[in-house]
Amino acid sequence: MSALHPRHNRAARRWEALFRGVCLGAVALPLIVLLGLVGDTVLRGLPKLDLDFLTGFPSRKWERAGLLPGLVGSVQLIVLTAALALPVGVGAAVYLEEYGSRTSRIARVIEVNIANLAGVPSILYGLLGLELFVRALGLGRSLLAGAATLALLVLPVVILTTREALRTVPDSLREAAAALGATRWQITRQVVLPMALPGILTGAILAVSRAMGETAPLVVIGALTFMTYVPDGVDSYFTALPILIFNWTSRPDPGFATTAAAGITVLLVTLLALNLGAIVLRGRLMARRQGSP
Amino acid sequence: MSQPHTPIIERVIEAGLFACGALSVLTTAGILTVLATETAAFFAEVSLGAFLLDTQWTPLFAEKHFGIWPLVGGTALTSAIAIAVALPFGLLSAIYLAEFARPGARQALKPLLELLAGVPTVVYGYFALVVLTPLLQRAVPGLAGFNALSAGVVMGMMITPMVSSLSEDALSAVPRGLREASLALGASPVRTVLSVVLPAARSGILAALTLAISRAVGETMIVAIAAGQQPRLTADPRVPIETMTAYIVKVSMGDIPAGTLEFRTLFAVATALFLLTFAMNALGQRLAARARRVGQ
Repeated sequence: MSALHPRHNRAARRWEALFRGVCLGAVALPLIVLLGLVGDTVLRGLPKLDLDFLTGFPSRKWERAGLLPGLVGSVQLIVLTAALALPVGVGAAVYLEEYGSRTSRIARVIEVNIANLAGVPSILYGLLGLELFVRALGLGRSLLAGAATLALLVLPVVILTTREALRTVPDSLREAAAALGATRWQITRQVVLPMALPGILTGAILAVSRAMGETAPLVVIGALTFMTYVPDGVDSYFTALPILIFNWTSRPDPGFATTAAAGITVLLVTLLALNLGAIVLRGRLMARRQGSP
Repeated sequence: MSQPHTPIIERVIEAGLFACGALSVLTTAGILTVLATETAAFFAEVSLGAFLLDTQWTPLFAEKHFGIWPLVGGTALTSAIAIAVALPFGLLSAIYLAEFARPGARQALKPLLELLAGVPTVVYGYFALVVLTPLLQRAVPGLAGFNALSAGVVMGMMITPMVSSLSEDALSAVPRGLREASLALGASPVRTVLSVVLPAARSGILAALTLAISRAVGETMIVAIAAGQQPRLTADPRVPIETMTAYIVKVSMGDIPAGTLEFRTLFAVATALFLLTFAMNALGQRLAARARRVGQ
């Protein structure tokens, strides 16, 4: 580009290059810092990361502390959360994109409402869950109460990403199906949803990842920090990986910082595996979609 | 859209889908109801004056004060530090991605930057308390083990991708014609960005800033772990403070029975938090809408 500006002297060109460098640095530096922090944490946690840790139970001594109830609890939580949030979220998105004519007032109200819900701090969902699920509906401090709370929390994510996926399906396909006499639901179920599946799946993974890392609402709901058994039903008390990490991080004994680091490593590896799995699955679905005309 | 011969099953399905959408409205109604009823019960015992005019927050002590300002001050301090980190990094990286990066580099860097937002906040809390604070203690004299500085800096890292992606949208919305006109007049690409594109994108960037502040105000785990649990009205980032969110976490972890005044302080603080974040979000969405209109 500098050739286009022959009158620029060397100082000006140096300033140009410097500014571009600073901008690139603003992208790179946070990433490098994150890499350093994660690296430091994994190295610190490594000595603690053994089979006893993965299959053990929380303990007052950090040498013996394990995270099995948290790991099992987190998996149960996200499966339940997905089972609750995905049908409702996809249903709401289908209603807004395929059914509610975009000018209708009620659709507009729902739309604005979802945008606002997406900005509500997660801890407030915790208070809603505490009052509604734990107390009013009598679910107690149970796995189901936790999952229901997380489901409400991730619902806006599911709805927003599903709507985007539905929008990528060309209208010509809907019109073709309608011309063949398909009803709206037949169009949705047999044409639109299969086409939008990769996008919907991406949204589902985003939502599940979010649910897996959430801590604050579960603290408010009353997840246990010390649990010597594995949750054995939807009405059981529960704990989760982030809750155990929070507890270990908050203890003054430096040994527990090591335990927390090991717990963080497990959490990050799980999240990474979840997302890589989604990318692979998404790639396959996309290939299938392109393969079948 | 209903035709004269719409089968009954179609109507049932449409009603079911509508119910899914309506659930989100019920969620909002639920949040508002819960906050309103418990907060009303709180203000039946504590006057609004004691809440807004006192400067001490000691509801769990024998001598109770209910002045919200120390918590608001703690939230403002950590949020300000977070924004001081996230705004320059987010804005400059947005400029790089929108104006300078080649499409390939942009495609590769964007998801990497999003990683920063994907790390669970409890992990950021650990980073702040266990890694950053000991490091900063070597450089900053008098830095306590729990402080607003580390929590704020780490929170800034977390919200950088949000500032970046919203600002990038704002920069990309600026019409090409403006850039071309500037370049045609002989301005360099950097000069064009700074004098033409940035001013044109200012609504969108303000929207990014506003939404980022809202996110920082509502962020919980980082401050609950690393910023301390001592409500105090101070601008000193080196000492322990307490944010609104950290107070909610602290009280939730203690076994305070429902129905007591102490329990209701949770909801009074939560209502203040809700109003603050709702106002910032509403403002941010209006600014973003204005930015889109400018872009068209």
